[in-house]
Parts: sequence; C-alpha cells; structure tokens
Amino acid sequence: MLSTAVSIAFLLVGAAFVMALLRLLYGPDQPDRILALDTLYVNTVALLVLLGIHLGSALYFEAALLIAMMGFVGTVALCKYLLRGDIIE
Amino acid sequence: MLEVILSALILLGALFTFIGSLGLARLEDFYTRLHGPTKATTLGVGSLLIASMVYFSTRGEGLSLHELLVTLFLFITAPVSAHLLAKAALHLRLRSLAVVPPRAEASAPQQANRDAPSDETVQR
Repeated sequence: MLSTAVSIAFLLVGAAFVMALLRLLYGPDQPDRILALDTLYVNTVALLVLLGIHLGSALYFEAALLIAMMGFVGTVALCKYLLRGDIIE
Repeated sequence: MLEVILSALILLGALFTFIGSLGLARLEDFYTRLHGPTKATTLGVGSLLIASMVYFSTRGEGLSLHELLVTLFLFITAPVSAHLLAKAALHLRLRSLAVVPPRAEASAPQQANRDAPSDETVQR
C-alpha cells in the first residue's frame, strides 16, 4: 500500500515538475521565471523526501536541506537584481 | 493503521504539490500565479515531510527530527521569497487582473519616468 502511494506521489510530483518547467519556458516576464525556478526547487525537496521514503534511507535529507537553503538564496538574489539592478551594492 | 496514515499523508502532500504547480501553469496573471507555489506547494511539501518524519521515527531507530529542519526552513522562507517576488513584479509594473486604484493611476506617469526608462513597460 505504501509503495503504491509513493509511486502515485512520484507521478504527481513529476507532473508538477513539468508544469513548473512549462512556466519557466513560456513565462512572459522575469518574475514568472523566477517563481517557476522557486517552485522547481521546492518540488525537488518533495522529490528527494519521496526518494528517501522509497529507498528507506535517511541520507537524502541533507541534500534536501541544502537545496532548500540554496534555492532560497538564489530566489532572493534574483529578486534583488530585478528590484535594484544589482545584487550586492 | 500506520501505513494508512502514511499513505494518506504522502498522497495529500503530492496532490497539493501538484495543485500548486497547476496553479502556476494555468492562472491568468503573475499576482494570482504567486498564490499557487507559495501556499499550496508549501503545504504539500510540509505534509510529505511529516510523512517522512513518521516513517523514519517508527522504524525502531529512535526519533527522526531532521525533517523538522527542512519544514521550518521552508515555512520561514516561502513568505519572504513571495514578498520579494511581489515587490519585483510591482516594480516592473506587470499586468494585473485587478482594477488599478485611481490614485495609483494618477501617480503612475511620474513613477514610470522615475523607475523605468521606456513607457512600454507601463501596460495599464
């Protein structure tokens, strides 16, 4: 039962990846693309957590934590660039 | 029993992640699109992380609280990044579905001259 649920969850998160990727490709403005990247990294955290449950290994949380932190820093840097035209003034 | 709870949490989390990304792909303008990933997806990932926490805590190796770190971090940073994205979108004067208030409309030309080099960025 658990493995079926994990398989369905893999499918749903994969579909979510495709949606975010479409927005990244077609998004008309820069904030749309940044938002798509933000969604992609949150989805990656979800996928890594699912992989951890699927393989029964607690090793993947460090990767998930790193991706969460780096993704946030990336989003903030890109937003600062759009707002001020510069990242570190 | 435990397996049922775990499966429900995992399915709920994946469903909310999917719905958030669906909102990102399908909604009309940037300000409505901002809602999908920042609320639904955060809830979905939080639910998945709780499922993982329960799963690894009940395997007989003691409590597993690593996931709490990721959950806390995501829940703190999601509103901050959403706020910054909204600020950037307002700065760039993106098209909005909402009706612009008259006072903002009146002050728009001066601000457009100050912020943006060309009038083409003002799409109202």
